[in-house]
Order: sequence, then C-alpha cells, then structure tokens
Amino acid sequence: MMLLSVEHINVFYDNIRALHDVSFTVGKGEIVSLIGANGAGKSTILKAVSGILKPRSGRILLAGKDLGGVPQHRIARMGVSLVPEGRGIFANMTVRDNLEMGAFTRNSREEIEKSVAEVFALFPQLRERASQSAGTLSGGEQQMLAIGRAMVAKPAVVLLDEPSMGLSPLLVRDLFFLIREINQAGTTILLVEQNAFMALSVAHRAYVLETGAIVLSGNASDLRSDPKVRAAYLGDVAG
Amino acid sequence: MEYFLQQVINGLQIGFVYALIALGYTMVYGIVRLINFAHGDVFMIGAFIGLYAVERYQWPLTAVFVSAVVGCTILAVLIEQLAYRPLRHAPKIASLITAIGVSLFLEYFTSLRQVFGPHFYSFPRPFPVVRWNWHGILVTNIQAVIFFVTVFCLLLLQFIVFRTKMGRAMRAVSFDYVTAGLMGVNVNVVISFTFGLGAALAGVGGVLYGIAYPQVNTFMGFMPGLKAFTAAVLGGIGNIPGAVLGALIMGQSETMVSAYVSSAYRDGIAFVILILVLLWKPTGILGTPRTEKV
Repeated sequence: MMLLSVEHINVFYDNIRALHDVSFTVGKGEIVSLIGANGAGKSTILKAVSGILKPRSGRILLAGKDLGGVPQHRIARMGVSLVPEGRGIFANMTVRDNLEMGAFTRNSREEIEKSVAEVFALFPQLRERASQSAGTLSGGEQQMLAIGRAMVAKPAVVLLDEPSMGLSPLLVRDLFFLIREINQAGTTILLVEQNAFMALSVAHRAYVLETGAIVLSGNASDLRSDPKVRAAYLGDVAG
Repeated sequence: MEYFLQQVINGLQIGFVYALIALGYTMVYGIVRLINFAHGDVFMIGAFIGLYAVERYQWPLTAVFVSAVVGCTILAVLIEQLAYRPLRHAPKIASLITAIGVSLFLEYFTSLRQVFGPHFYSFPRPFPVVRWNWHGILVTNIQAVIFFVTVFCLLLLQFIVFRTKMGRAMRAVSFDYVTAGLMGVNVNVVISFTFGLGAALAGVGGVLYGIAYPQVNTFMGFMPGLKAFTAAVLGGIGNIPGAVLGALIMGQSETMVSAYVSSAYRDGIAFVILILVLLWKPTGILGTPRTEKV
C-alpha cells in the first residue's frame, strides 16, 4: 500500500479549475517530485494534501485512510507536514518557539527535546540562534528552520513547497543534499520545485504538471533524459 | 506636589481597570482582526455578577472574582461561537456591525426588569475601606486591591502567553493562522480560548470597577469600553504590553485633565490623545507596521 495516494482529484478556486483529474502516489521512504511551470498547480496539490483546500471530487488517502472531511489540524496530527512556500516562519517568535510549534501535536517532553536536539545537530546555526527572533534569520536559515520545524513533528510525509525559492545557488545545493540526507534517515518526501534540474537529481520518481494536469511521470533519471522534459524544464535548447 | 501625586494614584486606579479591559480588545484583535465592541459589555456583566455575588450571596472576595471570571468567560465563548464564528470568512465590516449589534443587545437585554433592571444599583463594599495617609497623600485599601489583583492578572497572562503551549499557539495563530493549522493547532479552539481569556480579565476589571466606583448600570460598559479600546489602539493594537501602557496613559491623562483643567473634558482627552497618536504614529506607541496577509 502506498503511503500517500491521490486519486483523480479536481480542485477549484471558486469556479476556476486548478487541478484536473490529478492522480499520483508516494511510497514510504521515497522522494517524489512534482515539477512544472509557474501556475501549473504544484502548490495547489500540496494545499489539497495538507487540507488547506478541499478537492471537489476525487480522494486523497494517507496510509489507506481517506482524508476527505478531515479538518486541516487533524491531517497534521495524522503525520502530514507541509513546509509552505515562503517558509511560513512565525517571525514574531523565537527559533526555539518555532520548533516547539512544530512539535505541537506531540506530548512527551523528553521525545520533543530529542527531536529538537536532532534538528540542532542537523542545523548547528539554529542552535546558536535558538533564543533569537525567527524574523531576524537569513533566508537560508529560515528555510532550515521551516524544514526543522516540520521534522520535529515526526511526520509520516513531509511536503516541501519550493524550498529553493530565494536561495543562492550554493545554498540550493546544500539544501538538496540535506533533503536527501533527511530522506535517507527515513522520512518520506513530496517535493514541489520549479528548479526541475535539482528536483530530478534528488527524487526517485517525478510527475510533470502542465496547466493543472499530470502529463508525464516516471523515474527521475528517465525523465532527466527525456527530450521533452529537457526542452521544457531543463533549459536544453538543443533538445 | 501632594495634590499631583494624589492625582497620579487616582490615575493609576482607573488606568489599571482600563488595562484589564484593553487586553481583551488587543488579544482578540491580534487573533481574529476584529474589534470586539461587545467587550465593554462583557465587562459590565462582570460587574453585575460581582454585585450579585457580594450583595445577594455575600461570597468571599476570591469567590466574587472567580464567579465573574467564569461567567464572563462562558459568555464571551458563546458570543464568539454564535455571533462571530459564522462570519469568520465574511467581509470584515459584517463582523464589525455584528459586534456593535451584540453590544447593544447585551446592554438593552440586561436592562430588562427580568434581567438586571434599568436603574443604577449601588455596589456594596465587600470589605471595610481603610485609608492610609502618607505625607498628605491618601491611599485606600481599594487601590491596593486594584493594584495587586491587576498585577497578578498581568503576570498570569504573561505566563500563559509566553510559557504555555496554548499561549504559544495563540502567538502562532495571531501571526499566521493557516501555518498554525499546519502545525496541528485547532485554530477554533485557540480563538475561543482567546475570547475567554480576554473576557476573564474584563470580568476581573468589572468587579474592581464596581468596588472602586460603587454604582453599576447596564450601560456602564460603554465609556470604559471605548476608552480601553482607545488605550489598545494608543499602545498599538494587537500588542499586549502596548495595551497596558496605553491604558495607564489614558488613566493619567483623564485624571490630570479633570484635576487641573475641568472634569468636563475628562472623556474628551482620551480621544484627543488618540487622534494625535494616530496622526503621529498610526500603528500606536508599541505597534509595529505589518503587511496584511492575503
């Protein structure tokens, strides 16, 4: 059974259809990437999975359980952690409090401390700035905090929405290295990216979206050599 | 000099009561961006619950406060769920008009003979008044009670907001409720809690007001409510220390104006200050400009 399976969902913003019969799956332990141009519906998919938007038809199953009608905060409690586009840091709170918010659904003080320590081990800069207001962090540090905050929830699946946005190329490389590291430690990841090259280099499988519908899917390595993908998303003019 | 210091003390007395009301305005605004105009009337209900607890049941002072706190909390949670929640995604103006409607409803409904009644009722002193004369400055034990109860409430609030899980959730929701939901926070529960917490403080304020200015009426919440709202805006709406600061400034200014100018300008000065602050710093003294989220 797939950890996450999205079956024929249609999502509307008022009367504008944003997703058209979208189906895809994410297996436990995988990194699955959704790539596509601006406005293709990538973020909408993540919003639907995390319960911010409800699909008008179709189903979203998490470990076989239908998420239809489940309120947003319960979906988070069931193990879906979204790192939203623009990071969604609580800039009015300290770094430490942001991490505590990530652990909101957990109760054991001891285990929360352990998870926070793991995040600090992964991102030593965050430890140094633990009592600093999160709004004072740099863009890269905020992205680390957003990912760290998702990790302390001990989620079944992490949804990353454009994590590379606004980061320097060097930081982007570090970030993707880190995404792989987190995945190897056992976390399932659904990654939405405009940076298709990076996304395909880190993902196991990927789906290509165009104007709200999935037009192509397959192993990331196959897609990387697909001439159509190369021409459209990897800037391969010769392709 | 004694006269001036005496006025400072009198100003603190009313300023502390305003602070307890202003906190409810500012916290609710911080969470749902709504000016809850019914808040002053929740304060009035607190005063009446205090009146009944003292006069009819002769409860000890602690029980008087607790009953007002419990009554106001329940009332505010009900108001939020019945009147504001259905309008949460409606245009702001709809909630605002509803808040005014709830305010009028509470004032007129409670002034029915079958409820509290339309008259002014005297609030009996729950303890004998003691006056201390310190170098010509009069301090009463009522002022001491107001001071200690308010400081206790402020410390407790500080603890709740900064040291508890619920307080952290409140701060998160006030910053970005969608992201707070992504953390597994039940935003509705946090909103109810905030309304309840603000109302609890207003309930304490109502009892203190009744003790200090021993006359209550179902329309008594209007002016203190308006001034506490002004205090919250003055300090920077949404900002907790700002509400306290604004309330203390408000208390001092109106006391000083009635002492040195004329008590006729007592209620006017609040709004003069408000206008000046809005011209000079529209976000209030401690407020920070924030971009509205879309």
